[in-house]
Amino acid sequence: MDKVRLQREAAFIRSSLLDQGYLDEQFIQLEELQDNDNPNFVEEVVTLFYTDSARLIYNIDQALLSNPTDFTKLDDYMHQFKGSCSSIGAKKVKNECNGFGEYCEAQNYDGCFRTFQQIKQEYINLKKKLETYFQLLKEAAQIK
Amino acid sequence: MTSRNLSTQLRALVVDDNMINRKIHQKMLNGLGVECMGVANGKEAVDVHCYGQSFDLILMDKDMPIMNGIEATKKLRSVGICSMIVGVSSRSMEVEIREFMEAGLNDYHEKPLTTAKLASIIHHIINTKVFYSYNDHFIFGKFLNDPFI
Repeated sequence: MDKVRLQREAAFIRSSLLDQGYLDEQFIQLEELQDNDNPNFVEEVVTLFYTDSARLIYNIDQALLSNPTDFTKLDDYMHQFKGSCSSIGAKKVKNECNGFGEYCEAQNYDGCFRTFQQIKQEYINLKKKLETYFQLLKEAAQIK
Repeated sequence: MTSRNLSTQLRALVVDDNMINRKIHQKMLNGLGVECMGVANGKEAVDVHCYGQSFDLILMDKDMPIMNGIEATKKLRSVGICSMIVGVSSRSMEVEIREFMEAGLNDYHEKPLTTAKLASIIHHIINTKVFYSYNDHFIFGKFLNDPFI
């Protein structure tokens, strides 16, 4: 596949992610920080996000298995996770986290559990799309 | 008199338990010509000062393990640290922001920070440094009959 076509595909994925609300202005802020000294800055930050948030997702999963449920701990983990989502501009995932916070406050276990499954789904969806996006950029960069 | 690019001589400390935020904020600050380091909690922020380091700007996250931003800010002010301390948090309840400000912050911003917000903070620090530098030179020069004045 030629360089221009790969770049166009990547640009299309990027526009879709922004237009459909998967990503927000914060992602554009990250792109603006990318320069010749750090040409892969955005990908590095996104990779760091997925590595770090895997730990938080595991903690939340474990906290949901605990009996009795520690809603304070759950809320703390979710606050950290939401903060990370916000930092990379993961808008849809972040918005799902708001619902979780409300169920925590109401100490509604079923609501927390259900919402968390949705959060994980959105998290995985975004991960797949971003992986495709960065792969296309990488392939385009390799073609002279 | 040689002109000094003060922005390249500023030092900042990013205090945040979230390594993503540390990476982003440090990159933003580097882009603005500010040398910076990052630590993961309030205790480490206090410790680096005890080891003799000084900073023009401290970006202080509120919620951190071991020592949070409120405790760290109070501790730093109690030992005479006069650096500009800007609190950052994703919590937005007024009572929480007020508690953080009362700990000794100069300013507070909600996360995520943007380059524009940081640039305005940096400009404020530079302008303050220029003002005091000018006044120190003016007063000193007057006493020594400095022909430069």
